[in-house]
Amino acid sequence: MNENIKNKIDTIVRDADVCLFMKGTPDVPQCGFSLAVSNVLKHLEVNFKGINVLEDPDIRNGIKEYSDWPTIPQLYVKGEFIGGCDIIKEMFEKGDLQNKLKEQKIIYKEKQ
Amino acid sequence: MGLKLEKIKMLIKESIPDAEIDIQDLAGDENHYSATIKSKVFNGKSKIEQHKIVYKSLKGKMGNELHALALNTIER
Repeated sequence: MNENIKNKIDTIVRDADVCLFMKGTPDVPQCGFSLAVSNVLKHLEVNFKGINVLEDPDIRNGIKEYSDWPTIPQLYVKGEFIGGCDIIKEMFEKGDLQNKLKEQKIIYKEKQ
Repeated sequence: MGLKLEKIKMLIKESIPDAEIDIQDLAGDENHYSATIKSKVFNGKSKIEQHKIVYKSLKGKMGNELHALALNTIER
């Protein structure tokens, strides 16, 4: 893929511990799947950066190549691609997402 | 835009012959599907790898002609 776009994405995922590439913003998601993942992170009170791919076609297309994953949203923790909507929801329900955050020393709120 | 349910099934079957596929058109618009797929090819693989196998079988249609396919992959 284009080096400039790759570097741009590298910088984004390096600069924030938790990044969500999404359609819309965490406050105004523009797609149900982006909304769902954003809500999981909000529920866990994780501090995350939302990147609105609708504002940048280079990122919108580039991120799919970057992770070899064809859909958005995409969640990254400490630079690692964790998954899309189905995987994040499943991981959250099983507690695997919480374990991942714990492992990576990301602060979140444990709820019963 | 959109993709017929039978076509999706066929593409997945072509790449994953032992797949047991249960697929539903969620909105009746040929654009939002939910599928549960059971296959031996998923055995021992991470969820990301399992979903990638399914996306690859759709040959670039995922995220293009096909907007939404909720996936649940199961090892058998």
